[in-house]
Amino acid sequence: MENNSLLIDDEKLLKENGYDDHFHDHHHDEDPYQSNFFSKYVFSMDHKMIAKQFLITGMFWAVIGAAMSVIFRLQLGFPEDSMTWIKPLLGKWIVIDSAGVGHLATEFYYALVTMHGTIIVFFVLTAGLSGTFSNLLIPLQIGARDMASPLLNMLSYWFFFLASVIMFLSLFVSTGPFAGGWVAYPPLSALPQASSGSGMGMTLWLISLTFFVVSVLLGGINYITTVLNLRTKGMSMWRLPLTIWSFFITAIIGLLSFPVLVSGFLLLMADRSLGTSFYLSEIFINGHALDNVGGSPILYQHLFWFLGHPEVYIIILPAMGIASEVLSTHSRKPIFGYKAMVISIASIAFLSFLVWAHHMFMSGMNPFISNFFVIFTLIIAVPSAVKVFNWISTLYGGSIRLNTAMLFAIGFVSMFISGGLTGIYLGNSALDIQMHDTYFVVAHFHIVMGVAAFFGMFAGIYHWFPKMYGRFMNETLGKLHFWGTMIGAYLIFWPMHYLGLAGVPRRYYSFDVFDTFSQFSDLNKFITVAAIITFFLQIVFIANFFHSIFFGKKVKEKNPWKSNTLEWTTPIHAGHGNWPGNIPTVHRWPYDYSKDGFDFIPQIQPPLAGETENH
Amino acid sequence: MTEHTTVVEEHPEVDYGQAWQGGDKPLKASYGKLMMWYFLLSDAFTFSGFLIAYSALRFNSSTWPEADFVFSTFPGGFHHMPLIFVTVMTFILILSSVTMVRAVQEGQRENQKGVAFWMGLTILGGLSFLGCQAWEWTNLITKEHVSLYTNPFGKYEADGVYINEDGSEGETFRAGSGYLVHKHDGHWAPKKYKVTSGPEAGTIKTQVFGPRAFGALFFVITGFHGFHVFSGVLFLLIIMLNVISGIYKKRKNGYEMVEKIGLYWHFVDLVWVYVFLVFYLL
Repeated sequence: MENNSLLIDDEKLLKENGYDDHFHDHHHDEDPYQSNFFSKYVFSMDHKMIAKQFLITGMFWAVIGAAMSVIFRLQLGFPEDSMTWIKPLLGKWIVIDSAGVGHLATEFYYALVTMHGTIIVFFVLTAGLSGTFSNLLIPLQIGARDMASPLLNMLSYWFFFLASVIMFLSLFVSTGPFAGGWVAYPPLSALPQASSGSGMGMTLWLISLTFFVVSVLLGGINYITTVLNLRTKGMSMWRLPLTIWSFFITAIIGLLSFPVLVSGFLLLMADRSLGTSFYLSEIFINGHALDNVGGSPILYQHLFWFLGHPEVYIIILPAMGIASEVLSTHSRKPIFGYKAMVISIASIAFLSFLVWAHHMFMSGMNPFISNFFVIFTLIIAVPSAVKVFNWISTLYGGSIRLNTAMLFAIGFVSMFISGGLTGIYLGNSALDIQMHDTYFVVAHFHIVMGVAAFFGMFAGIYHWFPKMYGRFMNETLGKLHFWGTMIGAYLIFWPMHYLGLAGVPRRYYSFDVFDTFSQFSDLNKFITVAAIITFFLQIVFIANFFHSIFFGKKVKEKNPWKSNTLEWTTPIHAGHGNWPGNIPTVHRWPYDYSKDGFDFIPQIQPPLAGETENH
Repeated sequence: MTEHTTVVEEHPEVDYGQAWQGGDKPLKASYGKLMMWYFLLSDAFTFSGFLIAYSALRFNSSTWPEADFVFSTFPGGFHHMPLIFVTVMTFILILSSVTMVRAVQEGQRENQKGVAFWMGLTILGGLSFLGCQAWEWTNLITKEHVSLYTNPFGKYEADGVYINEDGSEGETFRAGSGYLVHKHDGHWAPKKYKVTSGPEAGTIKTQVFGPRAFGALFFVITGFHGFHVFSGVLFLLIIMLNVISGIYKKRKNGYEMVEKIGLYWHFVDLVWVYVFLVFYLL
């Protein structure tokens, strides 16, 4: 691998081989993008700053969402114990009974479960993951100065911020936040009188998520256009890093699925406040028969899951892209089966639109229609398995660097396999009769799209932190974070499979009245303890993250991971426009690792003398 | 501001030949036009969501009002003119698409006055359509008492004959014909009739309300479309004022903004064709 000294210097290549797009001709005096505090840090139009805004807002929400899960896990693990100690935080939602024991109010338990889901799915794993890394990496890795429209990009963040503020406010209204599950099925969500959270809490929830959709669409339209139109010279689609492929296709899925959620939401709003009966029919509530007739609650479920299922791929595809890039870089090997990876991403995206009703096998939908959805659900296992085999083959025989980013990428593969296999069980409509709405489902989706997507996100953060802040995160704390989270996540979710197979239903406040389930009270305690420990381990990450921004080990060279992609040809602290001079031109694919005696050959390097086949 | 929204400039010196090799616009469209296309794609999915909801609720319902009967009034007190008024509305909207095409064409010829003139006509078309819609809604709400939760339009399942208040038989009607439950002095006054065909022949029945989803779907979906037309008119107005002020003369991409709003306008017309199809023709 000593040949690497033969590579041409980046600076020289940029100067001689790059091209001048006259970008820097415009502002000799001062950069209007970064001229003052507000335009640099707050209303920034620079994609790198917007990425950090998405990331830090996402982290804020992740802490809140995870803390909520700890509180409801306390209820599930220790239903008899007093929760009076948390009353200063939760106030009236801790109800103290005649014996002086404080209990979590039942309505608030449901509100916590609902908000946990909504926050993690939309605000953390959609905005925080795809928003962060699409923004950071798309312009940098395709060789563009910024997004196609920096203005819309900025608006995308601020609509997300607005959605966040509204959702946050909903936590504090006197009737509590929405408590009908993150899927918000009517009639619970459509009738303000159905539960305390269905009033103001639900109204704010709907408004917040509508703004969120605006944010996703503004972002997505930008990502797609940027990838198509702003690739630098030589960056053909087949030379895009897999990260970019995954963000590109994620944006397409979002563009086609979120609008359908909007139509579902608008009809729901009409049912809530205008007296229509789109989703309501023949309901008897609080001793009154409602005069709504002719509506269909199943209709809402179809409209919701037409987004809802593609949404899980919106969450997991960016994590897959990040894992592919990190695995390849840190095993010093080309990604195995690059084209197969791209085709898998595309087929997963295509199939994701044909499987939504597998969430509705037990809804009363025509069971014959289920067959269609069972078949396509099971077919999705094929491209998913192709990806898994490719990741493992990429690792095979590599010179693996076991740093934190790499550990999380490997952890991602492990989680994706464990969670993916249970998906094959659940995709069968016959087996689903037993497992529907049990902890088996909870275990499945938390491992496959919750923990796995978080691992992809962590891999991305540890890997690109040097690019974002010009410093490294602490490796020792990082490894502690990884092993703690890896073991902790399995300890939390693995036992849930057994609960689910035994029929323990999800979303229940307590199992005291079910003799069948009393045998699981120790297991529930165990899960709760594991959840608490894993939650507090995340504080190690957060401390590491913020400490490293200011005090981490400084990055000394432009390309600390010896990676091939273009972001590492920018200065350590890249300013607006990313490259101070010319834009790089691209001469090869991004996975030339360990080739012809070279440890790595960056995309910017022109064909070398005596080099074998060039991608 | 404007000069910075385009971050990467044109690269006429591309030497890679093929458009997909990078450094070029593979779909031969600027980023702004691409974004408009993608927005329209997503908007099409929103409308599809609505139209699928429409189909689901309509096919769940055992009966559905007869469009030829519901939409048979014309301004000026005319009745029994099925679909004439909506034909006029649709014609106006399609005509406004034609004038939009002319505006875009004049833009490509860099004819400032021509663009402004044809955009003005398009705005006029849009406003006329909105006016027609306002009349249609007013008529349905105030005269025929359709609302988001009441639908007095029904359809007879069998032949029959009306029974007058004195017990005598009045006009006859055929199965499949529509009726409107009347309101008299603020109260509903459904008529009685005797069924004269089918298995229930001979029984006396009272007019019942039609499926309430009809009114709700009509107002929500045509309202959502009307909102699109309304925003389109606003954007057309802003862009027309920009055209008149001459700011597009200086721009490198000239009158591209007119092309973009043109795409939107044609899309709104196209969606109307589908809305028209499901509410008025099927």
